[in-house]
Amino acid sequence: MDNSIIRVETLHKSYVNGSNALHVLKGVDLDIRQGEMVSIMGSSGSGKSTLLNIIGILDNYDAGAYYLDGIKIEKMSETRAARFRNKYIGFVFQSFNLISFKNAMENVALPLYYQKVSRKKRNMIALEYLEKLGLREWAHHLPSELSGGQKQRVAIARSLISKPKVILADEPTGALDSVTSEEVMEILKEVNATGISIIIVTHENEIAAQTQRIIRLRDGIIESNEVNHNFSNEVSAGVLLEQR
Amino acid sequence: MIDYLEEIFSTLKQNKLRAIMTGFSVAWGIFMLLLLLGSGKGLQNGMEYNFRGSSTNAIWIHSGETGESYEGLGKGRRIQFTNEDYDMLKRELAGIKNISGRMYLRSSAPLTYKNEFGIYTITGVMPEYNGIEILDMQQGRFVNRLDIDNYRKVIVLSQPIVDVLFKDEDPMGKYIKAGGVPFQVVGTFYDYQNQDARKAFIPISTGQRVFGGANRLANLAITTASTSVEENKQIESEIKSLLARRHRFSETDDRAIFIWNTLEHFRQAQGVFAGIRMFVWVIGIMTIIAGIVGVSNIMIILVKERTREIGIRKSIGATPWSVIRLVLSESVFITAVAGFFGLLFGMGVLHLANMVLMGIAEGNDMVNRMFYNPSADFGVAVSATLILIAAGLIAGFIPARKAAAIKPIEALHDE
Repeated sequence: MDNSIIRVETLHKSYVNGSNALHVLKGVDLDIRQGEMVSIMGSSGSGKSTLLNIIGILDNYDAGAYYLDGIKIEKMSETRAARFRNKYIGFVFQSFNLISFKNAMENVALPLYYQKVSRKKRNMIALEYLEKLGLREWAHHLPSELSGGQKQRVAIARSLISKPKVILADEPTGALDSVTSEEVMEILKEVNATGISIIIVTHENEIAAQTQRIIRLRDGIIESNEVNHNFSNEVSAGVLLEQR
Repeated sequence: MIDYLEEIFSTLKQNKLRAIMTGFSVAWGIFMLLLLLGSGKGLQNGMEYNFRGSSTNAIWIHSGETGESYEGLGKGRRIQFTNEDYDMLKRELAGIKNISGRMYLRSSAPLTYKNEFGIYTITGVMPEYNGIEILDMQQGRFVNRLDIDNYRKVIVLSQPIVDVLFKDEDPMGKYIKAGGVPFQVVGTFYDYQNQDARKAFIPISTGQRVFGGANRLANLAITTASTSVEENKQIESEIKSLLARRHRFSETDDRAIFIWNTLEHFRQAQGVFAGIRMFVWVIGIMTIIAGIVGVSNIMIILVKERTREIGIRKSIGATPWSVIRLVLSESVFITAVAGFFGLLFGMGVLHLANMVLMGIAEGNDMVNRMFYNPSADFGVAVSATLILIAAGLIAGFIPARKAAAIKPIEALHDE
């Protein structure tokens, strides 16, 4: 369990809506190791978004336990949750979620603003990350001037800048065409190769097929949790692989 | 700090028109407050200008005719003050600072100098009189004790008389005839209340002796050592009972003597103006509240529009406090900047009004008596600024709370 980055034990979550209680997660067990690239699949209503929200400390759970990097995450103040998010987790969303009136560099630098890094320094770091993602010359463009793929790359740069342990990607390619999807997946794999764990929520089999492990959720329980034998990534150390 | 402003600017730039419109309501509120306060101050200054020539704690005593029969004496009896009244009040009355009797010569004594002459009011007074009616001495001195004791024939002239009789000549030490009797000019002055007042003062003892006044006094004037209305009223009633006993009229007779208590009227006027000032503040603050509601309203809409952005910020590590701060500082920024413009504009208008009024007042002193130096002082500006910041905080409070309560998950799915 030493290199476990996310460990979830019999997690329960229900949403109370008036007199109706919707039991969304019905005892989920999950263990994701450091450096793993995992996909979570499931139809809508399967609870995968809820699980991602709990892992991302955007939501609380009712019962069970959740350990992030060995620290038990319980019901905590929003301020503390914000600190954890800032320090451990990077988010990549389907709809990119860039701030429209800030340019690419400022968007990337934003997490560091909340770490109280000086403006000059954080902009410099943001430029470095944009450079890595091949967007150096787009640094001063607003999101509206970027293509979908570029926006997602900016979002990835933003998720990386705070040097998180985990990147949570919620349908990261959902709004992209197949070619750009492929590009984004390549980037995520490269990121993964640097040792950052990545959890991708997706309903596309082609995307899931590119991860080391595919977890399928159905009606709030894990239906299957299997190592992807088709996974092809030379940096996928530690996982049993069969080359295609 | 720069980061902070950057954040504010970048969001305000989003919607300049809205920020300006919102700010306008606040600017207008402050502008109105300032204008009202300035006007109130102007009216008050005008009132105080009116009191300028007289000590504010003066009591003027005039005699009349008895309105009631008393101790067998019929009504309609004329009360005549004499030097004994003066001596008695001076002796018996505690808490007075200056006391003077007055007598008037008018048609009986035209003033002549060389070929010029004119008929002016000549008043016989005590030296202390200068502490009751305050004169703007130009040259020389006022009547003094030696003048009284030695029945000196000296005279103090107001500058307009000097201008008429002496033209460009220096009047000091010159002899001027009053009713044919030569008096030496020892001082000149301007009357604060009326620059054009033509009057002259002589020692009362000389006046009584030379012009056949015997020991009669037309009226008495006193200033007290106290500045409270109660004590002055107390002194006033003592005066009345002392004089009533001496002249044998009823203390309840309000026609035998008339007492004008300047302090009481001054305080009354001041009270009225304090009331006006409070009223003005209330109206001003109400106006600002309208502005606050406007700002608050806009901020709520703004927060709603920015739900997604706030959700993004939270998901990447913005604490609730930093979100609150973001909204509050924006609201304070709008109100402070707008308010500053309102303040500046209001000050400008007041300044302009003051200049125009001063122009008009050059030729007409009446203006100054009604409306004088309408200005909002530094204290007002400071309190207005504090109000603005408080207003910004209040205006931002509800929106900020709304913003802080935004759940990132919901915000991010808020398409």
